[in-house]
Amino acid sequence: MSKENGVIYRISGPVVTAVGISPRMYEVVRVGDEGLMGEVIELHGDQSVIQVYEETSGVRPGEPVVRTGQTLSVQLGPGLLTKIYDGIQRPLPELEKTMGVFIKRGVDADGLDLEKIWDFNATAKKGDSVSSGDVIGTVQETKTIEHKVMVPPGVSGKIKDIKSGDFNVTQTVCTLEDGTEIQMMQKWPVRTPRPFTKKHAPEVPLQTGQRILDFLFPLAKGGTAGIPGPFGSGKTVTQQQLAKWSDADIVVYIGCGERGNEMTEVLDEFPHLMDPKTGEALMNRTTMIANTSNMPVAAREASVYTGITIAEYFRDMGYDVALMADSTSRWAEAMREISSRLEEMPGEEGYPAYLSSRLAEFYERAGRVETLAGGDGSVSVIGAVSPPGGDISEPVSQGTLRIVKVFWGLDAGLARQRHFPAINWLNSYSLYPPSLDQWYRDNIKGDFPEIRTEISALLQVEAELQEIVQLVGSDALPVDQQLTLEVARMIREFFLQQNAFHDVDTYSDLKLQYNMAKAILSFQEESKKAIAGGAALEDVVNIPARTDLMRGRFESGYEDKIDEMLEAMNKQIADTMEAN
Amino acid sequence: MTGKEYRTITDVKGPLVFLNKTEPVAFGEIVELRLTDGTLKNGQVLDTSDDQVIVQVFEGTASIDKQTGIKFLGDVFKLPVSTDMIGRILDGAGRPRDGGPAIVADEMADIIGAAINPYSRQSPSSFIQTGISAIDACTSLVRGQKLPIFSASGLPHNDIALQIARQAKLVDSDDDFVVVFCAMGITAEEYNFFVHDLERTGALENACLFVNLADDPAVERLITPRLALTAAEYLAFEHDYHVLVIYTDMTNYCESLRQIGAAREEVPGRRGYPGYMYTDLAMLYERAGLVKGKKGSITQFPILTMPGDDITHPIPDLSGYITEGQIVISRELHQKGIYPPINVLPSLSRLMNAGIGDGKTREDHKSVSDQLYAAYAQGRELRGLVAIVGEDALNERDLQLLKFADIFEDQFLRQSRDEDRSIGEGTLDYAWKLLSNIDTKYLVRLDQKWIDKYHPTDKKE
Repeated sequence: MSKENGVIYRISGPVVTAVGISPRMYEVVRVGDEGLMGEVIELHGDQSVIQVYEETSGVRPGEPVVRTGQTLSVQLGPGLLTKIYDGIQRPLPELEKTMGVFIKRGVDADGLDLEKIWDFNATAKKGDSVSSGDVIGTVQETKTIEHKVMVPPGVSGKIKDIKSGDFNVTQTVCTLEDGTEIQMMQKWPVRTPRPFTKKHAPEVPLQTGQRILDFLFPLAKGGTAGIPGPFGSGKTVTQQQLAKWSDADIVVYIGCGERGNEMTEVLDEFPHLMDPKTGEALMNRTTMIANTSNMPVAAREASVYTGITIAEYFRDMGYDVALMADSTSRWAEAMREISSRLEEMPGEEGYPAYLSSRLAEFYERAGRVETLAGGDGSVSVIGAVSPPGGDISEPVSQGTLRIVKVFWGLDAGLARQRHFPAINWLNSYSLYPPSLDQWYRDNIKGDFPEIRTEISALLQVEAELQEIVQLVGSDALPVDQQLTLEVARMIREFFLQQNAFHDVDTYSDLKLQYNMAKAILSFQEESKKAIAGGAALEDVVNIPARTDLMRGRFESGYEDKIDEMLEAMNKQIADTMEAN
Repeated sequence: MTGKEYRTITDVKGPLVFLNKTEPVAFGEIVELRLTDGTLKNGQVLDTSDDQVIVQVFEGTASIDKQTGIKFLGDVFKLPVSTDMIGRILDGAGRPRDGGPAIVADEMADIIGAAINPYSRQSPSSFIQTGISAIDACTSLVRGQKLPIFSASGLPHNDIALQIARQAKLVDSDDDFVVVFCAMGITAEEYNFFVHDLERTGALENACLFVNLADDPAVERLITPRLALTAAEYLAFEHDYHVLVIYTDMTNYCESLRQIGAAREEVPGRRGYPGYMYTDLAMLYERAGLVKGKKGSITQFPILTMPGDDITHPIPDLSGYITEGQIVISRELHQKGIYPPINVLPSLSRLMNAGIGDGKTREDHKSVSDQLYAAYAQGRELRGLVAIVGEDALNERDLQLLKFADIFEDQFLRQSRDEDRSIGEGTLDYAWKLLSNIDTKYLVRLDQKWIDKYHPTDKKE
């Protein structure tokens, strides 16, 4: 590869034009005397247009531009978990060490700790034929996650030598007969999806412990979801809840162009959170990428690719990975900003014409796949969208909705009523239930899908009745419809509302969700009977056992007590009949 | 690299000057323009290449001709900073405006300001008591937060900002705030109002003002907040001050941003504002916070007037996505004669939960706030219903809530401009008193243990 040096011709914000080099598209170059990192995004005659990942003020025309010959890549290997990176995989704690609390420029840092010694445990042996993606050994990366060291894509052959022992990520752990040396660390260009054998249909739900999500609008492992919502409607809290509680093996959390203090909150909180399944710190399965809104915009553009490449790498080991991107709108805006500096012809609202294809390409990197090694792994992608003014007719929301299969629509009105999570049950949807229903029948209860249908139908009916109530007041409705309203209110307040900040209520497993839904339907049924038997609606509604049942969800051990509470409720309902 | 003066201007367009072939000029470099009559103007490089340089002129391009000499000063914009800035009034470009001597620099600080490493930030968690019940109870402010006031023309946002500046104090320490005040395009009258009030209360000695008035160059407005924040950062992170930054009016700032964008013939985003406005605003708002290992802090109070009272307008909208909540001023409450006319329903403080509760404000704060909120929200909703069906159609619970909404506005929200309510007795106890107008069985958001402890025994007034 020819390494050439060029010079800067023009600087306009994060976009720099260089002459005298002929790099490849998306090649990484070093810009200026300080060697700022940049990426070639356009070739134009003898000019190369570069987006620079760091602040460019003070840089002059005539300063050098140096090719590196590589496209923007991430380092993959043991040591990714528990890390917190900026958009181009520089570990933030390392940056703090070298430049203090403010992020200055021209500093390089490796994504992986190159010195750290890992205990490599070879699982392949001499003479084995291996090819791309095959696991040749393991490393216990964190207490809960075993890192599988794989043959890098494009490499295959017979193992000549492999040894267990203590190595750092750049030392050779395995040699093939053709002389290829394999290290624990591999590099992968972020804009290229990592290879796999084939995609499977999603059949297993990603359990999140969030009732409205799991029960009404489930996401499948390997699926895609979009959460659009105006500011203050709880996008970030929802994303964080998913990062905390979803039953993925690995979580990649991308804070893309969001608030610094909020990112700090995540960073402070995560190391103290325990995984309900393993009892170990959640951080052990998490990688975070934080590129706050005031960090360089080009690095923000790169951050989602950095994140999804890391996610794909763990998928290739056979893990279920959940990736949260908060917020994809900021990513799209970064594209818009760079596009406008390039003086490209804009599409809608100034966004580049390729916006929707970029969004599609990104979400398409999700999926449940058969890995090269023959295993099963998945990447689920959950993207927050921040539509201006909460109006989802804008290009980023629309581009996202065309691709994702699940839509969790956040609603400012609900947030204002302090109904959280403020997900609107009337306009949200999930296209996964048909392919997941079998799983629910086999693993939770045979009538799970039917119960779900009944619950959503009740909410639908409530919406219609509410329109009448707005006009004439609820007293004008017949008793059975008043009961329906009461049941729907119970669904909303008892089931859909969930307090993310409450120790117990923050997470409900599917079994409990099913039981809670059943309890609501049981209340409806028993009340109907009681009312038909002469009980007054008011008495039925005001029985103390129902309040106990509803309040119970804030107490630990609720899943064991709910049946008993339900029985007590049903009995009291029956008693109201006798009282009359 | 000083010395060389270029006379190669080719075009002048709006606030921009285009000139040909120069020595290599740095992006962001500061420029001095000497007009033929000897007047000096300042500018900054917006775009630089071997062939052409684009300079944005802070004082406007009036009287610039092709004979104007341009000197590149070899450095990016830096502000001389020193603790002597406290008590001073500076203009929008950082020069003394109060007739005093120039600031003797302890340090020259780059005004762009580097991003704080998110890993190095410290989570804000100290409650700031503003003495305004609506804010303290429902949208509590914490140190290191950026909480804008979303207002509109004709509303008393300036009074509220001043009241906050005057009364803000930490409950867990004796540290005082230093106020950095940044005026962008406000009228001389508004400015006098601020200065007069700060003088009257003696707060001016503890404040540093950066002032760009409506008749000052619009382009200068783009650097004024950066200067103010640079000074704030210096005071907070080099000298351990707790700094309260008030800037008004962000809407004028954004207008200037749009003006430059248009002059450069950039592709506009929504409503003609540049596509990078989000990033640009973030570069200001994100300069709030606390960092590990430093005692000082920066808390921001940007004021913006929503054009046409429209909260979905790009300026409040993009701001809301960056700031940690918002305080919304309501025209309806203002017209009812209520001061401060804060509508708590769309107002929000995202950092509230971190700053309240046992040991910070009071154990029952969260419950009380939720209950006030819920009761007021329902009461307001009922007003709509009453307008249609009349009060007779309401049941006892609804009647109480309806009445509570009025009491809440009239007694809880309303307070005088110099009334400083303490969080415990002044605000929370008062809230309990007002809530006692509602039967306890309807107060579902209050835990029984708080009812037992705080509910005034003399129920009903």
